[in-house]
Amino acid sequence: MATIPADPRLAVGRAAPGWLGMLIKAAREAPLAPLVILGGLVLMALLADLIAPYDPTVPVKGAELFRPPFWMEGGSVATPLGTDFQSRDILSRLIYGARVSLIVGLMGTLVAGSIGTALGILAGYVGGWADQIIMRLTDAWLALPAIVFAIFLAAMFGPSMWNIIVILGSVYWTRYARVIRGEVLTLREREFVKLAEIAGASKLRVIKKHILPNVMNTATVLASLTVGVVIIAEASLSFLGVGVPPPQPAWGLMLSEARPTLMTGQWWLTVFPGACILLIVLATQLFGDWLRVRLDPQQRNL
Amino acid sequence: MARFIVRRILYSFVTLFILSATIFLIVRLTGDPVALMAEASARPEDLERIRHQWGLDRSWPVQYVTFMQNALQGELGKSFNYRLPVSQLYFQRLPNSLTLGLAATLISLLIGIPAGIISAVKVNTAWDNVAKGIALLGLSIPGFWLGLVLILIFSVWLRWLPTSGAGDWRHVVMPAVALGWYFAASMLRLTRSSMLEVLGSEYIKLARLKGLPDFVVIAMHAFKNALIPVFTLAGVNMVVMVNAAVIIEVIFAWPGIGRLLYEGIFQRDFPLVQGVVIMAGFMIIAINLVVDILYAFIDPRIRLAR
Repeated sequence: MATIPADPRLAVGRAAPGWLGMLIKAAREAPLAPLVILGGLVLMALLADLIAPYDPTVPVKGAELFRPPFWMEGGSVATPLGTDFQSRDILSRLIYGARVSLIVGLMGTLVAGSIGTALGILAGYVGGWADQIIMRLTDAWLALPAIVFAIFLAAMFGPSMWNIIVILGSVYWTRYARVIRGEVLTLREREFVKLAEIAGASKLRVIKKHILPNVMNTATVLASLTVGVVIIAEASLSFLGVGVPPPQPAWGLMLSEARPTLMTGQWWLTVFPGACILLIVLATQLFGDWLRVRLDPQQRNL
Repeated sequence: MARFIVRRILYSFVTLFILSATIFLIVRLTGDPVALMAEASARPEDLERIRHQWGLDRSWPVQYVTFMQNALQGELGKSFNYRLPVSQLYFQRLPNSLTLGLAATLISLLIGIPAGIISAVKVNTAWDNVAKGIALLGLSIPGFWLGLVLILIFSVWLRWLPTSGAGDWRHVVMPAVALGWYFAASMLRLTRSSMLEVLGSEYIKLARLKGLPDFVVIAMHAFKNALIPVFTLAGVNMVVMVNAAVIIEVIFAWPGIGRLLYEGIFQRDFPLVQGVVIMAGFMIIAINLVVDILYAFIDPRIRLAR
């Protein structure tokens, strides 16, 4: 397998700013706020065992039920954000909840992206019957509101975090398939793909070496926009009781457990978990917007 | 044109077939409903009898064909739980869902169109940034959480609006806002980009060159053309909202098809779940077909494309 030797002049030109320079440049242009929020949440999720003051699944010893946040009357700094209906520490549950949201958000997006990208490439590059079948399948999937489909599947297959990941992945792949198929249709006609085919490269090799690398940017942009959607979907499923099962600390589940107390004035049980979801989704959206502009110049003026 | 319409209708049937077969298969893959229907003391013969009575002893393809034959005649089977025809239950609840969907569409238009127009006309100003902020929050605030917070503010603290149920207009306000909020963001984005496109076109430049005042150019010339795609999306969104409001309907105890589906899922009422889900798919496939055909009439490039 002959590889074309890289032109030394190009290499010099590209390496000129150096890794450090590139790093500084990237840091200067990076969207600081979303990165700080996301970084903080990721750290929180990774270090939950160290920083959470209590075990999120068992009651805090000596704490009463529905203790309010520390600045309200009856609150305590020991449980800064209060306790829930089993006198469990809200702050600890929120910290561990970040884990569930991030794992489901990232893994669900990965599953969706892999299915969608694979099908999109297959439909676009192989064409013919494969294209027909995949596109009709995509149409059928798009005919149901994604959340209804997800609720339906989750109710049928039972609640567990890994089920939810697979379910959300198998619901949200359609956008990837459509967009990437479109890109592959134009890529297929480009010179470098034609030349590779003429040179006798197998279909699999053309896909691996020429098609896939060229659709990765689009897939990444789509992924950055899917993460937030998947996180909200997981929270919705958990809220309805078909998502992450109790006593696991998931934000959607916490909202569901807070429902009976909504009318009795324990507002903190409803406000904090929802604010966490809002924050994480907002950060992914902002990051996604930035990424879209970076990776896809055509969308810059949208 | 005729060929385009025929092909689109054919595609729609294929889509409906794939969707209904998938739903049908998944429902049957996940357990035996008969055990749940019968009383605990039921003997195996009894279970067998029930199975026969509901036609569950026949093979899946036979069951599917029977189901689709009935469905095409407007009959979606019989609910295990209510012992009533699914279509009867469905059409009892549908008007409520339509009311909610319509109200939510109005909310999304009332937020999305003005904000979209302002941000397009005053592009890259503070107004534009406010609108972008609204669009971002529309996608980031989970609708069901917004519903809970609205209940907290307007029912618990201010005591202005009832928490749940259906009745007069006050019952519709909060669920409609919670449902329409997300769609307002997509309305806003589309209005903005559509207005920007129209404002940059030749005939708008001409209108400005003629010396027409800004207001006339925007309101009379640009607005009309920019709104065609916006109202199309509003129509499609309304159908989606009618069918996707499951969580909102659960939170506000709104007696629509979303809650019917939710109840059906927890009672393992297979015919009911299957019926509601397939009807949702049917409605959305139908609206997409209508939109495609309408656009083909408006824009010949679409029907000549393939």
